[in-house]
Amino acid sequence: MLRINCPFCGERDHSEFTYGGDANIAYPELSAPLEAWIEAVYVRSNPKGPHRERWQHSDGCRLWLIVERDTLTHAITRVEPARTAIPGLMK
Amino acid sequence: MTGFRLKSGGAIDRGKPLGFSFDGRTLHGFRGDTLASALLANGERLVARSFKYHRPRGIMSAGIEETSALVTIGSGARTIPNTLASTEELVEGLEAHSQHCWPNLRFDLGAINQLSARLFSAGFYYKTFMGPGNSPKSWLFYERFIRRAAGLGVASREPDPDHYESCEASCDLLVIGAGPAGIEAARVAAEAGLDVILVERDFALGGGLLQESEAIEGINARGWLLTRERSLRGASNVRVLSRTMAFGLYDHGVAGLVERLQPAAGVRERFWIVRAKRIVLAAGALERPLIFGNNDRPGVMLTSALRAYVNRWGVAAGTRIVIATNNDSAYAAASDIARAGIATMLLDAREDVSGPLPEMAKSAGVELRLGGVPVRAIGRQSVRALEVARIDGKAGETIDCDAMGMSGGWSPTQHLLSQRGVRPVWNETLAAFLPGEAREPVRCIGAATGIWRTDDCARSGRAAGAEAAHALGRSAPKEDFPAPGGWDYPIRPWIFGGIKGKAFVDIQNDVTFGDVRQACHEGYDAPELLKRYTTLGMATDQGRTSAVNALAVIAKLRGGPLDAIGTTTFRPPFAPVSIGALAGAERDQHLLPTRRSPMHDALVTQGARMLETGLWLRPWFYPQGTETVDEAYLREMRLVREAVGICDVSTLGKIAVQGPDAGELLDRVYVNAFKSLAIGKARYGVMLRDDGIVMDDGTSWRLGEHEYFMTTTTANAGKVMAWLEELLEMRWPDLRVAVTSVTDQWAGASVAGPLARDLLQALVADLDFSNDAFPFMGVREGSFNGVPCRIARISFSGELAYEIYVPADHGQELWRALLDGATARRGGAYGLEALGALRIEKGHVGGPELDGRATLDDLGLGRMASTKKAFIGGVLRTRPDLQRKDRPQLVGLVPVTKGEIFKGGSILCEGGNETGHGLGWVTSVTESPSLGHWVGIGLLKGGLSEWGGRTLLADDPIRGRRTLVKVVAPHFLDPEGKRLNG
Ligand SMILES: [Zn+2]
Repeated sequence: MLRINCPFCGERDHSEFTYGGDANIAYPELSAPLEAWIEAVYVRSNPKGPHRERWQHSDGCRLWLIVERDTLTHAITRVEPARTAIPGLMK
Repeated sequence: MTGFRLKSGGAIDRGKPLGFSFDGRTLHGFRGDTLASALLANGERLVARSFKYHRPRGIMSAGIEETSALVTIGSGARTIPNTLASTEELVEGLEAHSQHCWPNLRFDLGAINQLSARLFSAGFYYKTFMGPGNSPKSWLFYERFIRRAAGLGVASREPDPDHYESCEASCDLLVIGAGPAGIEAARVAAEAGLDVILVERDFALGGGLLQESEAIEGINARGWLLTRERSLRGASNVRVLSRTMAFGLYDHGVAGLVERLQPAAGVRERFWIVRAKRIVLAAGALERPLIFGNNDRPGVMLTSALRAYVNRWGVAAGTRIVIATNNDSAYAAASDIARAGIATMLLDAREDVSGPLPEMAKSAGVELRLGGVPVRAIGRQSVRALEVARIDGKAGETIDCDAMGMSGGWSPTQHLLSQRGVRPVWNETLAAFLPGEAREPVRCIGAATGIWRTDDCARSGRAAGAEAAHALGRSAPKEDFPAPGGWDYPIRPWIFGGIKGKAFVDIQNDVTFGDVRQACHEGYDAPELLKRYTTLGMATDQGRTSAVNALAVIAKLRGGPLDAIGTTTFRPPFAPVSIGALAGAERDQHLLPTRRSPMHDALVTQGARMLETGLWLRPWFYPQGTETVDEAYLREMRLVREAVGICDVSTLGKIAVQGPDAGELLDRVYVNAFKSLAIGKARYGVMLRDDGIVMDDGTSWRLGEHEYFMTTTTANAGKVMAWLEELLEMRWPDLRVAVTSVTDQWAGASVAGPLARDLLQALVADLDFSNDAFPFMGVREGSFNGVPCRIARISFSGELAYEIYVPADHGQELWRALLDGATARRGGAYGLEALGALRIEKGHVGGPELDGRATLDDLGLGRMASTKKAFIGGVLRTRPDLQRKDRPQLVGLVPVTKGEIFKGGSILCEGGNETGHGLGWVTSVTESPSLGHWVGIGLLKGGLSEWGGRTLLADDPIRGRRTLVKVVAPHFLDPEGKRLNG
C-alpha cells in the first residue's frame, strides 16, 4: 500500500486516490490532427524508474496531483498540485 | 510406547485441566498446551494422512513449520480445515478431527495410492491427463476423481457465523517476532521513546527461549522473560500483540497482521493494517529435516520439536529416542531430553566432534555415536527402529527406538523480507541463506540472520532497537550487530548418500527425493519449474522446511554450488489468512454502502419492491395484490400511456455547472451545442471519451447566463463528475467554471402521460403549464408547497412528460402529493421495469447499449455531432475502424410470429449458421402492451442498412430459446412524436 503525501490533506493511503495515468502526456487541442490524438491516448513509454503520474485525491480534497513514483521501488519522491506542477498549464 | 506427559516441568498450568476431543474421543490437556502437545501427551501418534499417498502422519514439529499434523477444527459452520495442530492453542471443548481419510484414520482406503506410487510421480498429472493425445476435456473428466483422492481438508459451505473486525494502526517501529532478539529491539526502542508494536504469532512471548534451557545473559531464561514481558506490557508506548501473525509486508512500511482473539472477545479474528516508519524482523529460524527413507513416519520429528515438547510442555514423544544430526544444535536438545529421564542416543554424521560439546551431552546421559547417518526408519504406522549407515557408506546397525529426531541444520525465516523483493545470500559455512540488503528501513535480526547463540540474538535486538531510535532522532546506547554463526564445529550438510525407500523432501506435498531426481532428469531443475512440476513448496507449508533441502538435492544432482541454482520468491501470505479476516465487517449488506433516494421511505410505505442497482436501492415495480413483476410492469406502462405515471428519478447524477465559461465547458464535453442553448431550455446531450466511444448521456438545463444543471445516468454519475474535474484541473484550468455534485441535494420524479400537465398544474400553481407558456424542452423554476422546485418538459417515454426536482428534504412530500394526484386521475406509480420498457418501445438507448464499445454512429446518433465546434472524442471517432460499415449498429427487432418471446443477450445469426459469435446481439427487450407483442433492440453488424426487413435467428443457447426475429427501425411507437404534446 502506497502512502501519498497530499499537499492539501497530508499523508494518506493510496486507496483514497485514483490513478489518472502518465503526467507527461500533453493532451492536444480538441481539433488537433488524428495522429496527435492517437499519440496522446494510446502511446505510453512504461519506464522502469522514476515516473510522473497524475493522481486525484478522490476520497479527500478531490484535487489532481502530480506524483513522482519510482515504478521499480514504489518510492514516491515528489507530490505537487497539478496546477502548479505542469509548466504552461496556468496561463 | 508413544508419547506421555512428564511428571513435572513445562510452562503449562497443571492446575487448569482442559477437555478436548480428537475424532470423537475425549482427551485432556492443560492450559498452555497446544493441540499437538496435548495429543502427544495422550499418546496420540497417528493424526493425519498425507496429501497424495495417504501415508500415516504424526506430529513432526512444534510450530509454524508443521508439514504433517493438519487437522480440522470445529464442525458445521465453524469448520476450519488444514489447521496446524502444532500452533493451535488448546482451549476447553476444542473439537479436532483428522481429515483426508476414509473410512477412518487407521484404516484409510486411500492408502492404496501408496501401491500405485509410480502413478503419482513428478509431472504425473501433466503427462497423463494433459499431454499429447489428451483433449482439454479429458482433464476436466479426470480432475474430479483426482481431486477427491488427493487433497487436504474440506471447508464448510455454510455461512461463517463468526465476527471479524479490522483495525488500523501506525507506529515508529514494528517488531515482528518476540524471541530474545525481538524483545530486546522493542525494549531499547521503547526506552528511547519510540512508539512500538511488538507482534508474536504464539500465544506466549519468548520464541526460542520457551523451548530452550540455557541461561540468557547469565539469568534463568524464564525469569528474564517474565521481567521483560512485564515491563513491555506496562509501557504506554508499546503495544504487544500476541496470537498475531504478520503475514505480509507491503510498500511504504505497511504490514498485514491477523490477531486471533479469545472466545470471550466475541470476535474471532482481527485484521490489522499497520503503517510503520521502521520494521524489525525477528522471525527466528526453522530446523531442517534430514532426507532418508520413511522420514515421514509418525514419531519422526524435528529435534527442536522434541526438545520443545520436553521443555515447554513437559511432554516426551517416546521412551527411547534417537536423534540424527549434522550440526551442534542437537547436543543441547539431546541433553535436555536425556535430563528429563528419557533414553537418548545422539547420532552425529560428523566424526571429529570433541571437547565440551560431547562432554555436556554425555554428562546429561546421552549415548553418543559419531560418523553415523540415518538410512531408513522402520515401522508402518509408527517408527520402531532406525537403520543407520556409516558416513563413509559402510553398512551400520539397526537401532530400536520409538521416536526420533532430525536435525539437518537451520533455515533463517526470511519470508517477509523475500516478499519485499530482497534476495537472500547463501552462506556456505553455515549452510543457510542469510538476509540480503533491504532498500527500505527493514532490519532482520536474531536467528533470522543466522545468529545461533541466544546472547548474540539479544544483542542484535538491542543493536536494532538503537538503530531505529537513532534513525528517528532519539538517543539510545549504541550496540554493534553481532556476526552470524556461533557453533563450535562446522555443520556437515546434505548427508543423503545411502537412502533406502521413500525419502521425502517435501513431506506435506508428498514429494520424494526420487521425484526431485526425476524432475531434474527431465530438465525441470530450476526452483520455480520444480515447484510447478512436482508441487514441492506449495500448499500451506510453502516450502518452509523443504525449500533449502530441495536446492541441495538439485545442486548435488546437477553438480555445482547451491547458490547458482536460484531461489523462489515468497509472496504473501506467510501463512493462510481466513477469508473472514480479510472481509472483516464488510460482508452481506455491509459489503458496500447502500444509497437510498430521498423518496425511499415513501416508496417502501407504498409497497414498492426495491431492486439493487449498483449502490442504489431503486423501485423495481409496485405490485398490486399478488402481481408478479411481469404483470405489474405492463399495468404500470398502461398507466403512463393512458393516464399519468410517476417515477422516482432522484438517483440520476446531477451536477451544477456554474461560471462564465459553463457553456464553453459543455460545448467541449458534449458532442452537440450547449453554449447556444437559450436560458430556460433543456437539451439532450451525449458525451464521448477521448477515444471517441460514447461515455454517457443525459439532459442539461440552462438555468441562467452562467448556470447549467447537468443530469447524467445513475450508473455514470461519479464517473462524469470526476471526468469534468479532471478536464478543468488538468487540461483547461483557464476555464472559469466550477462543477459541484448536487445529486444528493435534489429529489426528482418523472411525471409522464397524457394527464401529466393536469397533475402538475394542480401542484405547482405559480407556473403556467400550457403548451405555449411551457413548451417541449422548456425549463421553469416555480414553487411547490412553498418550496422552490425546478421542472423541465422532457420525455423518455414518448409521452407528454416532465421531470420535477425539489430540495431532497421535501422528496417524500413531493412523492405523496404526486401519488395522490396521479391516483385521482386513474394513474399511479411506475418502477424501473416499466421505465425501461417504455424507453425500449421508443428505441432510446440505455445502459445495455452504452456498453463502452459503441460509437455515436453505432447508436444511430451520429447526426447529433456538431460540425461547428470541436469536442472531446471528436477526432478519434473519425478513425477508419470506427467508421466501418460492418460495425454492430442499433436496430429494432420484432418476432416474426407475434406471440413469441425473445430475450436480452440472445445472439443474432442467420438461420443455419449458428456457430461462432454471430452477427450481433440483443441488448434490451420488453413486451409492448401498446403493440401487443414483444419488441427489442440490439446491435447488429451492418445495421439497418444491410438487414432492414430481413429475418434473423435470436439464439439463446443458455436458456434454450430460439426465435425468428425481423429487423426493423428501433422506433416502435409513435415515431412522429405526436404524443409528446399530449
Ligand atoms: Zn487531498
